[in-house]
Parts: sequence; C-alpha cells; structure tokens
Amino acid sequence: MKHMFKEITLQLLQGFGENLTLFGLTLIMSMPLGLLICFGSMSRFQPLRWLARTYVWIIRGSPLLLQLFIVFYVPGLVFGAPMKNRMMAALVAFVINYSAYFSEIYRGGIESISVGQYEAGHVLSMKRSQVFMRIVLPQVIKRIMPPISNEIITLSKDTSLARVIAVAEVIMVAERFTAKGLVWPLFYTGVFFLLFSGFLTLLFGFIEKKLNYYRG
Amino acid sequence: MFLHVKNIYKKFAHAEVLKGISFSMEQGQALTIIGSSGSGKTTLLRCLNFLETPDSGQIDLKGKCIYDAERDRNCSDVQLRNKRLHFGMVFQQFNLFPQYTALRNLTLAPELLQLERAPRNEQSAIKKKIDEAGRDLLIRVGLADKMDAYPYQLSGGQQQRVAIARALALNPDILCFDEPTSALDPELTGEVLKVIKDLKNEHTTMIIVTHEMGFAEKVSDHVVFMAHGIIEEEGPPEKVFHNPESPLIRSFLQKEDFY
Repeated sequence: MKHMFKEITLQLLQGFGENLTLFGLTLIMSMPLGLLICFGSMSRFQPLRWLARTYVWIIRGSPLLLQLFIVFYVPGLVFGAPMKNRMMAALVAFVINYSAYFSEIYRGGIESISVGQYEAGHVLSMKRSQVFMRIVLPQVIKRIMPPISNEIITLSKDTSLARVIAVAEVIMVAERFTAKGLVWPLFYTGVFFLLFSGFLTLLFGFIEKKLNYYRG
Repeated sequence: MFLHVKNIYKKFAHAEVLKGISFSMEQGQALTIIGSSGSGKTTLLRCLNFLETPDSGQIDLKGKCIYDAERDRNCSDVQLRNKRLHFGMVFQQFNLFPQYTALRNLTLAPELLQLERAPRNEQSAIKKKIDEAGRDLLIRVGLADKMDAYPYQLSGGQQQRVAIARALALNPDILCFDEPTSALDPELTGEVLKVIKDLKNEHTTMIIVTHEMGFAEKVSDHVVFMAHGIIEEEGPPEKVFHNPESPLIRSFLQKEDFY
C-alpha cells in the first residue's frame, strides 16, 4: 500500500509537471503580449483599437475549452497541417486566452492613473516614454497586483483543461487509475493544486508587501 | 520685455475659452491672474506650459519667439519638451510622484535630462551635483527633515512645497502656480504662501493663478483680471483691487469677500 502510494504520487507529480510547464510558459508569453494588446485597445488609431477590442471580446466571450479544441483541430481541418504537438496547441490557446484577460487588467490599471501624473511629468520636460516607464508603470504594477495574482492563480488551475486535447496533465494521469477502478488518485490531485496555489498566495503576499513602501 | 504673450486663442470642442489674451511682464516680477472659475485662467497657464497648444497667437520670451501658433501648433514632442523648459508649473493637486521620496521627486527630471547628453564617465558626478542641488532646494522650502519622506507621509502644505521645489529644480525662466493653495486646509495655506513670498523676495519671475485675494494684493507687481476668456482689467494691485474701471471686478471681489 505504502509502495503504491509513492508510485502513484510520482506519476501524478510527473503529470503535474505538464501543468507547471503550461503554467510557466503561458505566463512568460501572455503577460507581455497582453501589454501589446492593451496598447492596441488604448490606441488613438481607431482601426487598431477596434481590432484589439474585438479580439478581447471574442476571446473573453467564448469558453477556453472551445478555444483549445479550435486551436488543436482547425489547422488540420482547414489547412491540412494537423497539430502534432498537443502541448504546443494547448500553449497557443492559453497564451491567446490569457493575454486578452491580462490586457484588460493592464488597461484598467493604466486608466486609473490620474492625468495629473502625466502632466507633472510633461511639464518637467520628460519624454513620453520616460513618463510611462518612470512614473506611470511603477504605479500601475502596484495597483494591478491583486487582480493579476487572482488571474495567475486561476491559470494554475485552468491548466487542467488541457486534458481535453489529451495533454497528459495531472488529472488525465489520475483518470487512468480511475479507469482501473482506483478513484482516490483523482481526488488526490486536488492536493497538488492546493499546495501550488498556496505557494502562489504566499509569493504574491510577499510582493504586495514589498510594494507597500508607498501609498497612492 | 521679459515675457510677451500676444493674442492667444484657445478653443475646445464646444467652447472658446481664450479669446485673444495679450499681456507682458518683466523679469523678477510676480503677476497674478484672478477671475471667476471658467474665466480661462487655468487654460492660459496650461497654454504657457504647453499642456495645451494655443490655436493662434505668439509667446515671446527674452526677446525670442518661443511659440508661434502658425508654426508650432503641431510641433513634435521633442520641440514641446524644449519649450516647456522655460516654464515651471505647480499644480493645484500637487501631482507629486507617490512612488518616489521628496528628494527623488526633485532629482528625477533633471537627472533624466542631463544624463541624456552626458558621457558615461561624468554621470556619477552629475548625479551627485543634482542630488546636492535638490537637497538645497528642499532646505529652502523648509523641508530639510523630509528629504526621504514619501508624499503620503507629508501634509498637503508640505507636499505643495515639495512640488514648488520640484518645479524650481529645472531652473525655469518663469514659475507658474495654478491655484496652489486651493486644495489645502486653511491652516496649511500660510506655509505655502510664505514660500511664494520668499521666492518673490528673491526675484523669481512668477505667474500665479489664485483665489487668495489678500495674498494677490500683497505679493503681485501686476494683476490680471480675466472674465469670459478675455482680460477685463489689468494693472498694479492698488488699481485693480481698489480703483477698478470694470464693474465686473467689483462684483467678483465682493463674491470673494475681498471687501
């Protein structure tokens, strides 16, 4: 029994490695991409603004589950070039999906900074880029930490959706045991998610505390 | 003539806010602009700092035309930055940068500006010089013990004094104040007005938009009264406050409880 527990834990851990890979790579790519989309949705150039906001509408307005299927099947069906790497398909879908959400969080943060901050920078003869990088962005980062951490914790659990295109993530691994009549590993996967989101919660708490040296 | 503003017009979507403003002032003078809200005082100040670009008119400084609407209405960011160096601005809401200490609020802009052109081996010397100049300025406005305080740790009056020092840190030709005490509790206005008075005694050239009539009368060499986008009356304070020609200014001063 003890031996089986260890064996199952190791296998689940291997599956959870897939979740973590998807989690990490999605973050690295979707956070900067989200900023680009955010700039697009705030652009003074109307077609670009329209394009960015339509993108956000479509992505936020449809299920991530469906987006996974589309990214996985459409290249094969339409272009005759099927997705060979399931993980790659999942990653593409996740990056598209999360960049849309991040872009809206960024936009909320940037729009919450008062015009006076920009004007103070401008009358001090700062460049536009300096005003953004030195004055606006640091304040935005502080303000968006709570919604960003929320989104990141959601992502850590959403990675299990990759199961629907047969990425061997932790729940899929657990279901193999369920098929053999062993149900508890499925419930056991919850522990992995809980531990990881606990770690994330502590991490974000630490970052928010670090950013608390000023108010406003 | 140190500053000569000629025939400034500014129109927003539905309203003509400035309808031909002309005035001039000498170096070392304090000029105050008074008038009811909506008269265009703040817009005029914002035009001088190029936060708004006038639709027509010219601005001459030290005998040189620094802005001509014909030529500069759509000028580039770089050109605007150079023009802005002539004027400093103190806002009603202070607009300090909350993430920086009082001292850093002062040194950030000069540092960015000067390091842009400096060779690498001189950078630390320049930084040190800017830092010292910043400390001196904070001492001048009476905040020697608040150098490392963040804005949220300062009272409104202290924040506004940091903002004044910040504007001075770039050595502007003219320092502009947009209702510098309007956001302050009455007991805090005194310390800010005192700093402005000290600057006046040191012959800093200043343009002050204010609702503090008693202060305007004492500190200014020249008073401009604006109404509905034009200069309704101007002159030395004795004349504008005590012997005005325009009936509008009497009713305005009554509303401001000047009499």
